[in-house]
Amino acid sequence: MSDSPPLLDVRDLAVAFDTDGGTVRAVNGVAYGLREGETLGIVGESGSGKSVHVLAMLGLVPRPPGRITGGQVLFQGRDLLALPERHLRRVRGAEIGMVFQDPMSSLNPAMTVGAQIAEPLRLHRGLDGRSARARARDLLDLVRIPDAARRLDHYPHEFSGGQRQRVMIAIGLACRPKLLIADEATTALDVTVQAEIIALVQDLKREIGMAIIWITHDLGVVAGIADTVQVMYAGRIVERGPVEAVFSDPRNAYTLGLLRSLPDLTRGRAGRRRLRQIEGSPPDMRFSPPGDPFAPRNPFATPRCRIEAPPLAQVAGSVPGHLAAAWYDLPALLAQGAGR
Amino acid sequence: MSEADLSTPAAVAAPVAALPPEPGALRAFWRRFSRRRGALAGLVIVVLLGILALGAEWIAPFDPTATDWGAVRAAPDPTHLFGTDEVGRDVLSRIVFGTRASLGAGLTSVALAVALGLPLGMLAGYAGGVVDGAIMRLTDALLAIPFLILAIALAAFLGPSLTNAMVAIGLSATSIFVRLTRAQVQAVAAEEFVEAARAIGNPPWRIALRHILPNIVPAILVQATLTIAAAIIAEASLSFLGLGQQPPEPSWGSMLNTAKNFLDQAPWMAIWPGVSIFLAVLAFNLVGDGLRDALDPRERR
Repeated sequence: MSDSPPLLDVRDLAVAFDTDGGTVRAVNGVAYGLREGETLGIVGESGSGKSVHVLAMLGLVPRPPGRITGGQVLFQGRDLLALPERHLRRVRGAEIGMVFQDPMSSLNPAMTVGAQIAEPLRLHRGLDGRSARARARDLLDLVRIPDAARRLDHYPHEFSGGQRQRVMIAIGLACRPKLLIADEATTALDVTVQAEIIALVQDLKREIGMAIIWITHDLGVVAGIADTVQVMYAGRIVERGPVEAVFSDPRNAYTLGLLRSLPDLTRGRAGRRRLRQIEGSPPDMRFSPPGDPFAPRNPFATPRCRIEAPPLAQVAGSVPGHLAAAWYDLPALLAQGAGR
Repeated sequence: MSEADLSTPAAVAAPVAALPPEPGALRAFWRRFSRRRGALAGLVIVVLLGILALGAEWIAPFDPTATDWGAVRAAPDPTHLFGTDEVGRDVLSRIVFGTRASLGAGLTSVALAVALGLPLGMLAGYAGGVVDGAIMRLTDALLAIPFLILAIALAAFLGPSLTNAMVAIGLSATSIFVRLTRAQVQAVAAEEFVEAARAIGNPPWRIALRHILPNIVPAILVQATLTIAAAIIAEASLSFLGLGQQPPEPSWGSMLNTAKNFLDQAPWMAIWPGVSIFLAVLAFNLVGDGLRDALDPRERR
């Protein structure tokens, strides 16, 4: 990657939850970097640790039952995990903005939209009521909500779902953060609205230039928005790299499974194929048997997969920065006709 | 007037709906509240009682404590519309002044209960842990004693006076609000917007006051209104037992107490205070129910 230190440098982050049934190891040694202005798409199913690990970075995992069991998260050189809560609060909403999944429930129903957009400005920028309000109006304009001045005084229930997510984005961007984290930000929206929000975020990225972590389970969204994609399974990164490389040449069987479960509309009638599902269900994270956690569901698994977890390593024969965790050679196996 | 017009014919409602949607939270609330006849009737009675209580000096035809030995236990007539009592005091005037004791006790004691219960409940619900445990065990202990019994015990302990009765009722009702507030705080704290508030860097006290408190106000308001009704009964009961308003000052409860000795000869002495208590309690309950119906659906949609 580039010479300048990354904006965000996650090192061996591990998060566990203590439950009655045992310790759930939700995130197991996640490590990656994010450059300024980079858009990273993180894909994975529920329980893959994709949401939990970003919440952990910001100190938003409830403790107990949550527990950060290891690692560092360097944001502009400072370890967020080592910051006292009081200092971390100055990072949240100011340097790192966050947009949550459900715009219906992530706005306060008893507060006007204007007051909610103004809130981070008052907290972090010390703006008084009038200038915060003026900024809030500009921000509503920025996220393309018409008639912004009047809409400031409206309550969330007077907005549509897509508009509410625009408001959430306005809140997330209010203090011009270096990093915007969107946690399933379009999952709860209609497909057309989803497309609008993604277009908006791409526009804003051009205007503001923040880095984005876009968490989703929708590979289509990642293809549309991200520079880099990172696939997570059972609290680990199983594959990561530039979007084109990962999509065209997946090296981890789970990534392949995700790609095969999507319809390919570009192929036309002739190329139609049956959509594949990934057999089995995600592992019970209370028990971590040795080996690759995906091995029991993996048609390509080798004996070694069941004994030893593969490290995330540069893929031979692909672009630099394309990393995968696999003992098997997926392209070779596919060429032999395995896993058809 | 215009509110009623809006809700009736569809032909009228359609063009109105086409106007810019600028209902405002208060107007929307009022529209839902006023649609309920019971709630509206209750509100009218509450307002009338409020006028009586505030303007008793001007409204009451006689001095409520002035005796008239020439008209002892006089039946209702044009001079004494509600009759007179055993020492010739005008029952209507005593009812009017009694409104002040009843509403005053209802409002003051509930205000006290909310003032104590709300902060304690928020602390318990938001802080959790040992603080929560301590507050809730105390509350459980208080809730184990029936409301009225506790109020009587406290009033007897504090000494008989209207002020002490208010304090006793307020303290007895506090545990209701601690419990309700705690439950509400816990429910709201689990909502996603609270996590979102944390994610923009709000400190805990600000989350509690700016994000959680406004969202639990409706529930507290409903409970407070319903508790006023209970407090009015409690005040009447304490005064009936001689633990509240002291003679010769009028109170509906103490009027009933003397009236019970003359039920055969002067039933009006019992009927009017009884009707007054009934109406006041009914009115606050109706308003409380109306508030609940009008406030509840807003949050969920």
